[in-house]
Amino acid sequence: MMAHKKRVGMEVSIAVSHAVQLARAEAIAAYPITPQTHIVEHLSSLVANGDLEAEFVTVESEHSAMSACIGMSAAGVRTYTATSSQGLALMNEIVFITSAMRLPIVMTVANRALSGPLSIWNDHSDIMAARDIGWIQIFTENGQEAFDHSIMAFKIAEDHRVLLPTIVNLDGFILTHVVEAHEMMDQKTVDRFLPEFKPYHKLDPQKPVTMGAFAMPELFTECKMAHQMALTNSYGPILEVWQEWGKLTGRHYQPVETYRTEGAKVIIMMMGSLGQVAEVAVDAMRDQGIPVGLVKIRLWRPFPFADLRAALAGAEIVVVCDRALSLGGAAGPVLAEVRSAMYPLAVKPQILGYTVGLGGRDVQPEAFEELVRHAQAEVKQGPSQEYYIYGVRG
Amino acid sequence: MIEIRFHGRGGQGAVTSVELLALAAIEEGKYAQGFPSFGPERRGAPVLAFSRVDDKPIKLRCKIVKPDVVVVLDASLLAIQKPANDLKEGGIIILNTNKSAAEIRQEYGYTHTLALVDANKVAREVLGVPIVNTTMIGALLRATGVVQVETMEPPLKERFGPLAVKNFNALKVAYEQTTIEERRS
Repeated sequence: MMAHKKRVGMEVSIAVSHAVQLARAEAIAAYPITPQTHIVEHLSSLVANGDLEAEFVTVESEHSAMSACIGMSAAGVRTYTATSSQGLALMNEIVFITSAMRLPIVMTVANRALSGPLSIWNDHSDIMAARDIGWIQIFTENGQEAFDHSIMAFKIAEDHRVLLPTIVNLDGFILTHVVEAHEMMDQKTVDRFLPEFKPYHKLDPQKPVTMGAFAMPELFTECKMAHQMALTNSYGPILEVWQEWGKLTGRHYQPVETYRTEGAKVIIMMMGSLGQVAEVAVDAMRDQGIPVGLVKIRLWRPFPFADLRAALAGAEIVVVCDRALSLGGAAGPVLAEVRSAMYPLAVKPQILGYTVGLGGRDVQPEAFEELVRHAQAEVKQGPSQEYYIYGVRG
Repeated sequence: MIEIRFHGRGGQGAVTSVELLALAAIEEGKYAQGFPSFGPERRGAPVLAFSRVDDKPIKLRCKIVKPDVVVVLDASLLAIQKPANDLKEGGIIILNTNKSAAEIRQEYGYTHTLALVDANKVAREVLGVPIVNTTMIGALLRATGVVQVETMEPPLKERFGPLAVKNFNALKVAYEQTTIEERRS
């Protein structure tokens, strides 16, 4: 039995900044104003007050924030930043280079809509626009998970078998601006879990190397293949870190999480904080005798194909909820991935996609009951659309 | 689980109220959420803030659309936001007003339990400014007992520093002065 730990109330953003403090980040570069959360604001206070020994660089844009992070990480220090929505979009040019250079930077993305129309509210369009940047990408659904994964991300990223930058996603506002209960960790425990950063290679005048060089056509494809292999192969070390954390804290994490999927004919799927709301809906439907379960993707990159197929085995209908829209396409990004993962199977469920909760649109538990009813009716009569936007007014 | 919705105007401290309440509830070993109706803050504009308190982990991540309790920091919002329209059967309306329960019932047709306090007066007298958020927490605690009065002191100290004493006093005065009239069947 784990000893009961006292829970501490604080805003989730502040909890994340304490996780970064406990991880002893040595270098932080961030654009300090909108669209930013309290995460880096609080980290800057911790550094200014001497509670965290780190170089804190305030830069003039997110493009510069990531550029500065690359420089600092390449110099061999544990490096962190956080951003959101337009900030991640402005970073876009640089984030591909971060992963290609195999720099183990950790970044929190407080998921928020991309403009326009101008919006500051939550959805996943920011991270979906950065889907193919070659980083490890993890989704969390409450403050505790955001705290836990913010520490674990450093251990994963810096593992010499991995050496990849890692994003921890948490829903903007819905998580970042909520005061709730967290089980914190003490510094000694975190220090034992997360040893000092040992760079695989670094910029050193005594031992000069070239980083971020260009690749001739003879080499570019091989570089991409190496990157792809590194990201795919990070799966094992990710699981090892999560298992170690589970033993340490009693909080266990899986690449694909299931909730009441035993005997489920219909499975609802999503990523992020909607997962908890959907649990409430699944409980209500199960009480009514409807065989519904829930599958949540925690590890978005590398995509856990085998885990997903196992989790969906036996389902007749899968209702995939996307918090982003692939404009002009035939699916939301999660739906596209799930369909593509299931297509090779001889026996596969009907997979329907719904975009929900765009730009801060509130999603109540009843929404999932509506989706299940709608999906069942659509399957019966044959799907009328490629995918659906839930709750849109005509 | 108890779900409480604060109705206020930008600058009155509704968001601070739900944050302090969550901190106190968590300190008591409960689970709690405190969060604003997210948006660009504008002084004087109607705002909502939400508070959930439970003995087990809270899974809901949405607005409170069927509250057990509404706390109205500014009586002028009764006509604009109609805060009691979606209140649960048996819910409580907690109101900053200098009117009597009879007057409020006549004016708005409420049948719910009413908890009333002239928070503007208390805040002016005790705090010296008409900011009623901490004062109205006193009324909330009197009407619901959602957390102990004493548990509010540490988060107030943390948030307000030297001003915490006055805020805690305002809370206690409001707690004493709140009048509760049970629902009309």
